[in-house]
Parts: sequence; C-alpha cells; structure tokens
Amino acid sequence: MLDQAEGYITDDGRKIGGVVMEMKNITLRFGGVVAIKDISFDIREGEIRAIIGPNGAGKSSMLNVISGFYVPSEGEVWFRGEKRPPMRPYEIARQGIARTFQNIALFEGMSVLDNVMTGRLTQMKSGLFSQALWKGKAEAEEIANREIVEQVIDFLEIQHIRKTPVARLPYGLKKRVELARALAAQPKLLLLDEPMAGMNVEEKEDMCRFILDVNDEFGTTIALIEHDMGVVMDLSDRVVVMDYGKKIGDGPPDEVRNNPDVIDAYLGVAHD
Amino acid sequence: MFYREAGDFKTSYLQDGQTFPIRFDRYRYYAVLAFGFLVVPFIINDYWANAILLPFLIYAIAAVGLNILTGYCGQVSLGTGGFMAVGAYACYKLMTAFPEVSMFIHVILAGGVTALVGVLFGLPSLRIKGFYLAVATLAAQFFLVWLFNRVPWFYNYSASGQISAPERDVFGIILTGPNAPAWATYLFCLIFLTLAGLIARNLTRGTVGRSWMAIRDMDIAAEIIGVNPLKAKMTAFAVSSFFVGISGALFFSIYLGAVEVGEAFGIQKSFLVLFMVIIGGLGSIFGSFAGAAFLVVLPVVLKLLGVDLLGWPTDIVAHFQLVIVGALIIVFLVLEPHGIAQLWRVVKEKLRLWPFPH
Repeated sequence: MLDQAEGYITDDGRKIGGVVMEMKNITLRFGGVVAIKDISFDIREGEIRAIIGPNGAGKSSMLNVISGFYVPSEGEVWFRGEKRPPMRPYEIARQGIARTFQNIALFEGMSVLDNVMTGRLTQMKSGLFSQALWKGKAEAEEIANREIVEQVIDFLEIQHIRKTPVARLPYGLKKRVELARALAAQPKLLLLDEPMAGMNVEEKEDMCRFILDVNDEFGTTIALIEHDMGVVMDLSDRVVVMDYGKKIGDGPPDEVRNNPDVIDAYLGVAHD
Repeated sequence: MFYREAGDFKTSYLQDGQTFPIRFDRYRYYAVLAFGFLVVPFIINDYWANAILLPFLIYAIAAVGLNILTGYCGQVSLGTGGFMAVGAYACYKLMTAFPEVSMFIHVILAGGVTALVGVLFGLPSLRIKGFYLAVATLAAQFFLVWLFNRVPWFYNYSASGQISAPERDVFGIILTGPNAPAWATYLFCLIFLTLAGLIARNLTRGTVGRSWMAIRDMDIAAEIIGVNPLKAKMTAFAVSSFFVGISGALFFSIYLGAVEVGEAFGIQKSFLVLFMVIIGGLGSIFGSFAGAAFLVVLPVVLKLLGVDLLGWPTDIVAHFQLVIVGALIIVFLVLEPHGIAQLWRVVKEKLRLWPFPH
C-alpha cells in the first residue's frame, strides 16, 4: 500500500502524492529539557497527518518546529525537496505554510474580514505610496485578494459575521475564523494545533467536515494535533504518536491503534 | 433613523471598503469639508485662527501621526515633541537655505527628514516593547531637544539660540511672519490636515494597516502568518514621524513664528499629543481629530467662562484651567476608556434606531 516515491491510494480513493515535508532526526532542547528527541517522519502531499500523544509529549513543539517558530537544536527540516536554511517565521509563511493555534491567536481589535485578510498579507505586494493614494496597484490588489477571502468566508460559512469585531465572537466561531485566516493564505501545508479543543459535539462535527472539505476540495496537505481519538482515527491517513519527546508509533490509524507501545502510553502500564 | 445601512446596497468590494460606507455619513463629511474650505476662510479672524483653529489643525496632524504609531501599531512613543522639533528645525533650515522654494515643499521635506529620524529612533522597537520602548523614545525626546540647543548649526548661529521663521509665501500669498493673513495660514494647515487624514485612512484600511494592527494585537502570531515585523514597525515609525514632522514644521513656521526648542517642543508636548490620542481614541483617525479638538478648545472655553463670564483674575483662571482639564481627563477616561471615538460609535448605534427603543 505504501510506496516510498509515488505515494499511495487511500481506502476512500484519494490519491496521496510524494513527500512534501520531511523531518530528519529532529531534536529540540530548552536548556536541560529535551522537548523532542531524535524524531523523523514525513508528510505526503494531499494527506491528513495527525500527531498525537499524551500531554507534554512535545506535539506542539513539533508543530512549532515545522512552522519555524522554534529552530531545532539538531536535525533537518526538508520542505518540497529542499533543506530549509535558518529562516524567520514570516519567511516560512511565505513558502506556503499556514497554521492555527491551540489558544486562539486572532487579532482581537480587528473585524473578521480584516483578520481573514491578514492571511493574504504574504501575497500582497503593493508599495506604501500606492496604498497611501489608494489608487492603481493597491486598489486592484485589495479587490483581487478580497475575492479570494470571500470564497474562504463562503466556504467556512461565516458570511454573517464578516464585519463583526473578533472580540465579540463565541469560542467556536473564533476557531473557525482562525481556520479561515490560515486558509486564506492558500497554503501548501496547513498546520492545525488542536482545532477541536474545547468544542462541543456539534462544533466538532462542523470542524471535522471543514477539515475534510478543505483537504478534498483544495487538495491541501494537513498536519494536525488532536486529543479526541475518535476524530483522529476517523480523519487522518497516517498518525505519528509521541510520548516524552520520542516517537513511539507511526502509521495508518488501525496499525497505530494496535501498537502495544501506544496503548501503554495512553492507558499506562503496570510497573510490577 | 440616521446612520442606517438599510437600502444602501453595495455592489462591489470597492464600495464595501470605502471610508464612509453609510450615505448619510458620507454627505455629512462632504458638508464639513466644504464648510471648512469654502466658508471658514471668509469669516475667520486673527483671534479664531490663533486661539483655536491653527492649534487644532496642527495638533490634529500630530495626533494622527502618533495614533498611527501607538493606536494602530501598538508602539508607545513619548518622543512626539522631539520629532516635532526635528520637523521644525528641518523646515527652518530649508526655509533659510532655499528662500525661493515654495513653503509646501519645505513642509513636506521637513516631514521626510523627520520620517528618517523616526525610523532611526524606532529601531529599538524591534527588541523592546511596552514601557521599555516608551523609555527609549523618551531618550529620543531629550536627546533631540539637547541637540537643537547645543549645536549652533541648527539655529544658524543666532545669538538668542532661537529660530524664527522668515517671511515666505506660496504663489505670492504670504504664509509666515507677522504679515500673514489668517485665512491663508488656516487654509494652508487645513490642506495638510485633510491630506494627512486621507493618507492615514487609506493606509490603515489596506495592507499596511492590517500588518500594523496585527503587530499591535499579537506580534508573535502576526510574524507566523507572514508579517515582517521589521517592515511593519519601521513603516509605522516612518509614516507616524512624517506626520508629526509636518505638524512640527507648521507649528513653528505658521503658528508660533519663533521657537525656543525646550519650551515649544519639550516633554510636555509629547504628553499633550499622547493625551489627545488617548482621549480621542486609540486606533481611530476620527479620534485623533476629536482628541485634538477637545484639548485645544477646552482651555479656551474654561478661560472664556472664568475671565469673561465670572470676572476672576487671569492667573487664578490659568491655574484652575490646569486642574479642571486634568480632572476632566481622569473622569473621562474612567467613564469611557476607549475615548471619544468609542463614544461616537455608541451614539451612532443609538441613532440607527432612534426614536425607537429596538
């Protein structure tokens, strides 16, 4: 089923391509604390890749390494066939990696529309003078990008709150707006840090639907961290399991579910 | 009743993004502009120009500038007075070096020079923020005032250490010096304020404005979604200082005519403009106008009340004025921490439904 170079076909008939992102022997240290210990895995084009593990396993740190917020102490990050040199996070965003945050990181002082428009900032290049006059390139660019943003707003069904200040929205909608902001960038790789944390069942179902739709319609590659095992097993094509900064399992959901190390990590193991 | 969007349909994104999306609001804005440009110059006199209109126009430009930096980009600055001084001295040097060039160009170039200085003193903002940045800009304030006091080249080696504006004109109309007519100085400043307002609005509703606000609201998230913090902060410092520099140039050349740097552009000026921005409303162009109007008009009104109406001695009124303005600022900020702009927003919400309760 798993072909190294070519990718594979999933059970529901989606075609998964070659490797987009490869983490090679990543180690991340904060002083004496080792958050991630020598982990390697890859993410293939068009797939939904989950990273799971108990609290403090280093999942979020791993996502922060991918999005460039942390620079790994050792190891290499390969994106689209190239080794990533040391870069600022905004440069990595420009390469086509967008993300959402575990604790919502929206811009509270701005409207939903403006927040989603910030997702397009990587694509907007008009100069200061053009914008000061609001003519020519600035205006054309604003309209072109607004059209893309409106498509995303339609897609995620948040038209009715377009002009609402983000600070006034309930938690579930904020999560959705954050997804909209990440999608507006039309990323090649979308990172979701606990997209369903703190949601009720209906909101979770909505979010699952959106994640599947995004993957289906735009073919976006998605890497996500999630604690809800039902969600993870249903959504993802392949799962990485971490515990205490180490990788203890990697593979399709069914395989991971039956992995004895994973069961130990989640259910605990008798020490007698 | 008023400010209702009902029936006012937008059919393009361009219309949706315009500055005054509600028709009633738009016409009111045109009416105010027409009144300012076409009516006021004919009825203005020296008292109105010097006591209220010129200071209002000039401080409003400075407030728009500071609001871009502090209100939109979230970088606290206490160096406004110093940057105004840069504008004033740049304008003075240009006026004396190129007497035949139009004042328009001098003032704009003075703004440009200030923008460069602003970027230079804005560099610490890349590493520090909040109170620490405020202290760093405070250093700029003291350094710049010291510089203009101590280096005679800046005041052309004049014996008094002051700078005074020579008589200059635009298209033959005298703008500086004692012979300048009130309507000309008023119109000159009004043009600059109008341009400042338009440019500030255009910048804040577009790409640059969004990256400023993203940095203000959550700088780490902003960087991860693709905002270059260096570029965002430096453009904020540049644009802000540009406006503050223009305001300083006008303050010196048009309004005061002669300036002693420590007195005119001291730390109290920085605080005055900061108060304007806070009272008017952080992150609002209208708020900058409202804050400037509030702090310029209030002392005049208090003086009129005390001296002319109640017949108190001038010195007592002058002291009372300080006490009352200070107390009002505190009361106002307790009642409405988001400033006059927020008050106005609430009024607009109410006016939508008025006279009905729901």
